[in-house]
Amino acid sequence: MFSIGPLGFASPLLLAALVALPALWWLLRAVPPAPVIRRFPGVALLIGLKDETTETDKTPLWLLLLRALAVAALIFGFAGPVLNPQAARDGDGPLLIALDASWASARDWPRRMDRVTDLLSEAQRAGRPVAVVALTDLPPGETPFRAADFWAERVPGLTPAPFTADPDSLSDWLTELPASFDTYWLSDGLDHPYRADLLTALQTRGAVTVYETSRPPLALAPPTLREGVISLTAHRPAGLPAQTIEITATGRDPAGIERLLHRAEAEFAAGATTARVDLTLQPELRNRITRFQIAGERSAGAVALSDDALQRRKVALLTGREGREGLDLLSPFFYLRQALEPVADLIESPSVDDLLLTAPDVLILVDIAQLAEIESAQILDFVNDGGLLLRFAGPRLAASDVARAEEDPLLPVRLRIGGRTVGGAMSWGAPRELREFSNDSPFAGLSIPRDVTISAQVLAQPDPALSERTIAALADGTPLVTRKFSGEGQVVLIHTTANAEWSSLPLSGLFVQMLERLAVSTRPAAPTAEAMAGTQWQPERALDGFGQILDASQRPVIPGERMAEGRFGPDLPPGVYRSAAGSLALNIGQPDMELRPTQWPASVIVERDTIAEERDLTALFLTLGLGLLLIDILAALWVSGRLRNATAVLALLTLGLHHGPAQADDRLALQATSDMVLGHVLTGDTRVDQVARAGLLGLSRVLYARTSVEPGPPIGVDIEADELTFFPFLYWPITEDTPIPSDAATARLNRYLRGGGMILFDTRDAELAGLTRTTPEARRLQAIARALDIPPLEPVPDDHILTRTFYLIQDFPGRHTGRDVWVEAAPPDAERAEGMPFRNLNDGVTPVIIGGHDWASAWAVDDQGRPMVRLGMGFSGEEQREMAYRFGINLITHVLTGNYKSDQVHVPALLERLGQ
Amino acid sequence: MSHPATLRSQSEALAANLPALMAQAHMLAASVLPGAHGRKRAGAGDEFWQYRQATSSDWGARIDWRRSARADVHFVRETEWQAAQAVTLWVDRSQAMQFTGHKSRAAKAERARLLGLALSVLLLKGGERVGLMPDMPPRAGRAQLDPLALSLVTDTDQDYGTPPDMALPSHSQAVFLSDFLGDPKPVQDAVGRAADRGIGGALVQILDPVEEEFPYQGRSIFESMAGALRHETLRANDLQTRYRARLAERRDMLASLARVTGWQLLTHHTDQPASSALMWLWQQLDAGRGR
Repeated sequence: MFSIGPLGFASPLLLAALVALPALWWLLRAVPPAPVIRRFPGVALLIGLKDETTETDKTPLWLLLLRALAVAALIFGFAGPVLNPQAARDGDGPLLIALDASWASARDWPRRMDRVTDLLSEAQRAGRPVAVVALTDLPPGETPFRAADFWAERVPGLTPAPFTADPDSLSDWLTELPASFDTYWLSDGLDHPYRADLLTALQTRGAVTVYETSRPPLALAPPTLREGVISLTAHRPAGLPAQTIEITATGRDPAGIERLLHRAEAEFAAGATTARVDLTLQPELRNRITRFQIAGERSAGAVALSDDALQRRKVALLTGREGREGLDLLSPFFYLRQALEPVADLIESPSVDDLLLTAPDVLILVDIAQLAEIESAQILDFVNDGGLLLRFAGPRLAASDVARAEEDPLLPVRLRIGGRTVGGAMSWGAPRELREFSNDSPFAGLSIPRDVTISAQVLAQPDPALSERTIAALADGTPLVTRKFSGEGQVVLIHTTANAEWSSLPLSGLFVQMLERLAVSTRPAAPTAEAMAGTQWQPERALDGFGQILDASQRPVIPGERMAEGRFGPDLPPGVYRSAAGSLALNIGQPDMELRPTQWPASVIVERDTIAEERDLTALFLTLGLGLLLIDILAALWVSGRLRNATAVLALLTLGLHHGPAQADDRLALQATSDMVLGHVLTGDTRVDQVARAGLLGLSRVLYARTSVEPGPPIGVDIEADELTFFPFLYWPITEDTPIPSDAATARLNRYLRGGGMILFDTRDAELAGLTRTTPEARRLQAIARALDIPPLEPVPDDHILTRTFYLIQDFPGRHTGRDVWVEAAPPDAERAEGMPFRNLNDGVTPVIIGGHDWASAWAVDDQGRPMVRLGMGFSGEEQREMAYRFGINLITHVLTGNYKSDQVHVPALLERLGQ
Repeated sequence: MSHPATLRSQSEALAANLPALMAQAHMLAASVLPGAHGRKRAGAGDEFWQYRQATSSDWGARIDWRRSARADVHFVRETEWQAAQAVTLWVDRSQAMQFTGHKSRAAKAERARLLGLALSVLLLKGGERVGLMPDMPPRAGRAQLDPLALSLVTDTDQDYGTPPDMALPSHSQAVFLSDFLGDPKPVQDAVGRAADRGIGGALVQILDPVEEEFPYQGRSIFESMAGALRHETLRANDLQTRYRARLAERRDMLASLARVTGWQLLTHHTDQPASSALMWLWQQLDAGRGR
């Protein structure tokens, strides 16, 4: 291949055409641009005028250069330029392109795909049959060796799997392979168990070339929560220089939007294979985290999904049976709430039924001795299904007969009657302190403040099982906290009260820590294989090879045995799985994992990704050439003076591009809120919308002139898209084919009506409605109003407030007169006020007014303020228009002042009161 | 001589335009309220002028008996003298008038036709006599309107229009509607001849805004509408100032011609409303009639 520096040409002979450039130069200089022929009567005046210069008859220099460049670019383009041309690969015969296609190859997947594309184009040039095989997604049956362009179409469909290849299916696949071919293996760089066997099998069939990228894979182990601290461990292959990675925690914010919640840095020391970071997050934040991720790593291995182990618990509190009002500080619930509210969802109810319906993790009973039989059974079921029952002792439990003779299923131990008091006024002993927690206790490691003392407790009956059930004890060995496993759950009894009456434990931080430990221990971090047996797990979210989270709720349920196996495959992708007992995250990263790079034998050629890529520049040059030619067209038009309109069009286009819909909304909000503005609903009928707008404009002007209401120019409102809250009043002309609002718009309209907005529905058909019983517009209005929250209506009564808010009027003409206008009905018990001509009516403002008088037409004015629509004949028409305006003013006054005028019924009473 | 069938189809094509033109002209004319243009003295006319005591020289038939019955003397009802005026129009129908600088604007010929016909409607309503150059002598009555309109919609093949040599009734009025871009000599002659016979009138120069601005650029060949004249330039934008100067010169010539002969000159652009020009014309003719 002929080449200049890094640039090679496929058909260099074409470059000879560059010789023609000077000829073109000369030709273009010689020929001026063609003249435009224009018909122009003024030519009579032009006759005899001479041109001052003869300059522009030649093509200007810059245009010449532009054209020469364009032609040169085209010539270069057709000559087939290639950047970094590579020597053709040796070999012929079939070629197998094998990809590991595991999670570890996801991080530089595009580069691998580029490599595959390069290989395919090479193979196409050499005419070799090719097979492209992802080892994680083996083709069923015989491996198809096809022409390279067959595969070229399929390359974009290749994706890395979130797991590694299965050795068993690989050996099956090997048996189906033909006897002789070369192999190009795109390795993910990790030493997989199948690696050696496969390599030998492939080497018996032909030469094997391996391609590896230089970036090592990283993996993130699942988070572990210990004493409120989340530890994260990242892994990498050995023998690499020091490196700092960023780990992000992502979860939903209170609004349900996925957000980056926290960010931390972890450092790999030089040569180290793990980097660890501890995060101390507020429980509220911790509960929200759904996944951790190594920033900038696009791979399923770099994502660690979190499950219930980090989640907030639901704690049910059986409360308030006594119904007496106690003091806060004496109530045991006060201490529990203080301790639990920050870390758990508290549910409180006096009904066991209600509490258990919410499927809590923990049920807390405080000093409750006797439960109804049915309640006991329910709670026992709850415990056996994996719940934690946490009980506190107290005077009532101490005084009761529960668990005296035999063990109560809902108490961990039998109790001795009466309990004991130490260190009280009537006893000798000093209040007892706590003994250090033993190592097998869930409280192990908590430090005990010296000032925590217990002065009273209920006592456990000595029992063979007592010592193993005791998880915390006093200094003298009497059990303080006992626990019993029952079914899948457990029952825990704290032998003292939850308030400060019997001990100072609830006053200390230890109380909170103990509660937290107990709540955490409700769910083991990783269930054992035995626990998993027989359970069913529904996939919730799954990871793809790139570490993207996919919704997996459509995938089949997976038996616990398969889950316990832990080997990922197409049927078990890493992700979050849910069963009745809670959710479980399966992650690729494991705490004890080791990432070993592959050691390739010397017989294998290993290519790295450092080779400069071969790039075909034909398209670039041709596009450049064509682009220059396009510019040339514009330039030629400009030179000959034909571009005036085009520039105007371009300017308009660029202007148009700047006005996005997002701005429109803000503009509407600004416009609608900087003044009081009347709105009309856009119907889609241009004429109707125009009249409605003109009508409101007319009304706005009259309002401005006669009242202290000073509205801005009216705004057309699209109920489907626009915010309605800005408008105190909407005029809605109904046409035969007004679209019925969507559900969202209906909801918005209802909110608007409930929130004090008013809509004037105008069917504009009063003259027809008098003749026929219903009109198409009226039917359409019924269809629209069906979903709206409209109260019962009545025709405007004579004493309605609309008749006297500003003017005293009795009818409400628009373009039409007569026929009723409907408003919200007065309550049936409204009575006429004494000494007043009107009734003492309801307080509210009617949310809708419905009529057909076509008010907008009567109000409509054009931009000069002249009436747009003719009303009636002569002066009577003008009088009607005046009355229509008066109705409009009354209406808007009513909208803005509400029932103010209605309050006038109280004027005599007020005056009387003032007089006193 | 054209074949009767061709002639008929052409006439029908022309007549198809007529109702629209007529309607437009009527609408335009309706915007100018025709007031009373009497001579402020008793004479022949429709308007009441005064009751005057009958003298012995009055015809018995002229006595207004209804008025006389309320008094002891006899009264004669006199009407105001309204003398009919003759107005002859020249509407340039040459090819140059077919020009329009933008497709949203009507051609100059359209505007000239509309103004001519609207003026005719007004004048005929007012009882005046209206004629059209070259071959329609002034006549009164609505019957004149249709032939007027018919002859207005025919175009000539000439590149630039020249006022035809037609004997106008003395002391009548004339209105010339043209772009006056062609040879000025025939216009000067025609106006001079008319002024010699005591004929007053108005010149309305109808121009497209493009003709005023000359917004052309680049290498261009300008052709007259019929193609008789041709001018090639390499840089049209260089010609702009000189073209404008020549146009101004032409207007000055027209203005001085008007000044000398006592005629009036209006330059009307096709992007302006026609009613303003019509109003102006009406006022000019009114003033001329009052003289």
